[in-house]
Amino acid sequence: MKHTLSVLVENEPGALSRITGLFSGRGFNIESLCVAPTLDKTMSHLTLVTNGDESIIEQIIKQLNRLVDVYKVVDVSEGEFVEREMALIKVRAEDETRAEVLRMCDIFRCKVVDVSPKTYTIEVTGPESKLRAVTELLYPLGIKEITRTGTIAIQREKKTI
Amino acid sequence: MTKIPGKQMVVEALKKEGVDVVFGFPGGAIIDVYDALEKDGNIKHVLVRHEQGAAHAADGYARASGKVGVCIATSGPGATNTVTGIATAYMDSIPMVVFTGQVPTGLIGNDAFQEVDIVGITRPCTKHNYLVKDVKDLPRILKEAFYLARSGRPGPVLIDLPKDVQNAKAEFNYPDKIKLRSYNPVVEPHSKQIERAFKLIERAKQPVIYAGGGVIISNAHKELRRLAEYIHVPVTMTLMGLGCFPGTSELSLGMLGMHGTYCANMAMANTDLIIAVGARFDDRVTGKIEAFAPKASIIHIDIDPTSIQKNVKVDVPIVGDCKRALKKLVKAVETDGRPPEVWKERAQPWFDQIRAWQERHPLTYKKEPGVIKPQEVIEKLYEMTKGKAIITTEVGQNQMWTAQFYKFDEPRTLLTSGGLGTMGYGFPAAIGAQMAFPDKLVVDVAGDGSIQMNIQEMATAMEQRLPVKIVILNNQFLGMVRQWQELFYNKVYAATEFSVTPDFVKLAEAYGAKGFRATKPEEIEETLKKGLESEGLAIMEFAIAREEGVFPMVPAGKATTEMLLV
Repeated sequence: MKHTLSVLVENEPGALSRITGLFSGRGFNIESLCVAPTLDKTMSHLTLVTNGDESIIEQIIKQLNRLVDVYKVVDVSEGEFVEREMALIKVRAEDETRAEVLRMCDIFRCKVVDVSPKTYTIEVTGPESKLRAVTELLYPLGIKEITRTGTIAIQREKKTI
Repeated sequence: MTKIPGKQMVVEALKKEGVDVVFGFPGGAIIDVYDALEKDGNIKHVLVRHEQGAAHAADGYARASGKVGVCIATSGPGATNTVTGIATAYMDSIPMVVFTGQVPTGLIGNDAFQEVDIVGITRPCTKHNYLVKDVKDLPRILKEAFYLARSGRPGPVLIDLPKDVQNAKAEFNYPDKIKLRSYNPVVEPHSKQIERAFKLIERAKQPVIYAGGGVIISNAHKELRRLAEYIHVPVTMTLMGLGCFPGTSELSLGMLGMHGTYCANMAMANTDLIIAVGARFDDRVTGKIEAFAPKASIIHIDIDPTSIQKNVKVDVPIVGDCKRALKKLVKAVETDGRPPEVWKERAQPWFDQIRAWQERHPLTYKKEPGVIKPQEVIEKLYEMTKGKAIITTEVGQNQMWTAQFYKFDEPRTLLTSGGLGTMGYGFPAAIGAQMAFPDKLVVDVAGDGSIQMNIQEMATAMEQRLPVKIVILNNQFLGMVRQWQELFYNKVYAATEFSVTPDFVKLAEAYGAKGFRATKPEEIEETLKKGLESEGLAIMEFAIAREEGVFPMVPAGKATTEMLLV
C-alpha cells in the first residue's frame, strides 16, 4: 500500500543522505522524494512516498524517528491530505499533432511554457493521478522529455505537522 | 575569553567529559591533536598497533566500565581501519566517540592524499557523525557527540576533524546543558503500560523473563533480580545479556537461542508469557520466526521503539529505560500484596517441567582419553578464576563454549561481539578492559583463527604492561564454519583448514611475554595455573579436539525446538 510521509528534518549537511541511506540500507522503497527548507531556515520539510504493508510502514516511521536529525514524522496518507506534483513535458508537436497538444492542455488546464517549431513544453500540476493521465494521453503524440518534481503533501483543515 | 585552537578544544572537552584514557594511532592529519594531548599531559594515551585495535579497545573499555570509550585515528586508511570496530560497537549499542583526522577543508573532495569520506562511509554504522567545517561549531559538536554516545540507546559517534579546523581558533564555550530539538529519547515508561504488563504477569502460568544487553547498559541488574526472585520466574539471557542475572541462580535457564541450552529453548517454546527486557528478538534467538514461542503473549521493555514489534508481535510494548521500567514493575508487584512465597508456590508445576528439561538434556560434552576438549578448558578456567574474571571472547566456537560453560554472575564481566560477530575483537577489547580495571584478572578466550586477526596488539599490551591472559583453543580450523560444513555441506571443508599456524608459545616470547602449551587433558590445570599466575601478558595454548562441535545447535531456518544435541 502506498503511504505518503511528511518529515521535518534539521537542515544539516548529511541529513538527507542519512534518510536515503536508511531506506536503501534496510530495503525500504522510495517512490518519490521532495525536500526544501521551511519558514524556519534551519528546518527542512521532506515529502516521501513509499509503499509496504502495515508492519513495514510502522518500522519505516520508527526508523526515521530514531535518526538524530529527524524532528517529526507524520503519515499524511492516514488522513485527508492534499497531494500535488509538477511535471514539465516536452512533446513533439508537428503539423497534425500541434493542435491536439493544445487541446490536451486546455482539457487538463496545463500551461505551455516553451514553444519551438517542432515541440511544445507544457507544465502540468496536480495529484499523481492527473500527471499519469496527461502523460498517458500525450505519449502517443511523442514525448521527447519529461521531468517531475516528486509529490509534496499537506494535511487538510486544521491539522499541521 | 581567549581563543583556542580546535586541537586544544578536543583535549579540553575530553577532560570535561571525564575521559582519562584514549586509544589511538597517529598520522599526518591528526598530528595536531596528538600534539595538544601530549602538551596537556592529563589524559593517558594508549598507542595501539592497528586502528582496529584502538576501536575495539575503546569498545572493551566502555563495556567493562560503563563509560564512553574514545579512540583516535588519522585520515584515509587510519579512519577506514576503524570501521569494523565502529560497526561492532554500533551493533551492540556501545557508547564510543571516534575522532578521525581529515585533510584541510580546501582539499576535501579533491582526492587528496589520505582522504576518505569517512562520514559517508560510517553513516550507516554510527549513531551519528559530524564533519567539522567551522571551528566555531566544535565545542557544541563535542558536547553533542558525548551526549549522543551515552544517552538513549548508546552508540558510536564519529567526529571528522579537518587539519585546518584543528588549528583554527575560536572561543571555547563548552555548553553546560544540552537540548537537541530533534532528539528526545523516551526514558520514562508509561504507567498504564506497566499496569497492563502486571495484569499479564498475574494471569501467566508459565512465564519466562528474556533478558538482553539492554539490562546491562541500563545498569538494571539489581531490579531484574528483585523482580525475578519476587515473582519466582525463570530467567534466560541472550549472549549480550549474560551476567545481567546470576548464571548460578536456580532461576537461571542459561543462554537461549541457536547455541543456547535445551531447557531455555524449550521454556521459550512452551511459555505463555515472555517478559522481554533490553533484548531485541534477534534471529539467533528466535530461529524460524513463524514457529517462535507460539503460545506466548509478549511484554517488551526497550528504550528503542524500532526494536519493538520489528520481528515479533508484541502485546504490551513498554518504551523506556530498563531500570526505570523494572523499578515500576517491582513496585506494582510489591503493591499488589501477594508475598513471594505465594508466587513461588504457584510457580512449582512450571519449575517441575523446567527441571525435567534440564535433567533430560543438560549442557554436556563427551570426554575422550588423551584429547583435550575445549569445554573442559572453559570449565577449569571458570573454576580457577572462581567465575570472577572479566572474560572477553573472540567469535565462533570459542565464543559459544565460553557463553555455555563459564557462568557469569555479574554484569560487565563478559565482553563479546554479539551483533556483528567480529573475529579479532576479544584481545584488543581485553586491553581496553584491563585499562579500565588494572587490578582485575582479564582473560581473552580465543580460537587460533581469531587471535591472529589482532595479534599485533601484543606489543600494545606489553608496552602498557597489561597482564592480560589469552586462552587459545587451537584446533587449526576456522571452527564454527567447519562445524557448519560438517553438518550441512557434507563435510566439504572449503577454506577452513589452517595448515599453517604459528607456534603461539614462541610468538608470545617474541613479544617478550610468556607462553604455555597443553596437549593432553592432564596438562590443562597446570597450564592454566602457570598462565593465570604469571605476572604479565601470557598466552595459554590448548591443542583441542579438531572436530568438536558446539551443541545444542538450532540449524538456520529451523524452529528453536529442533535442536541438534550432543
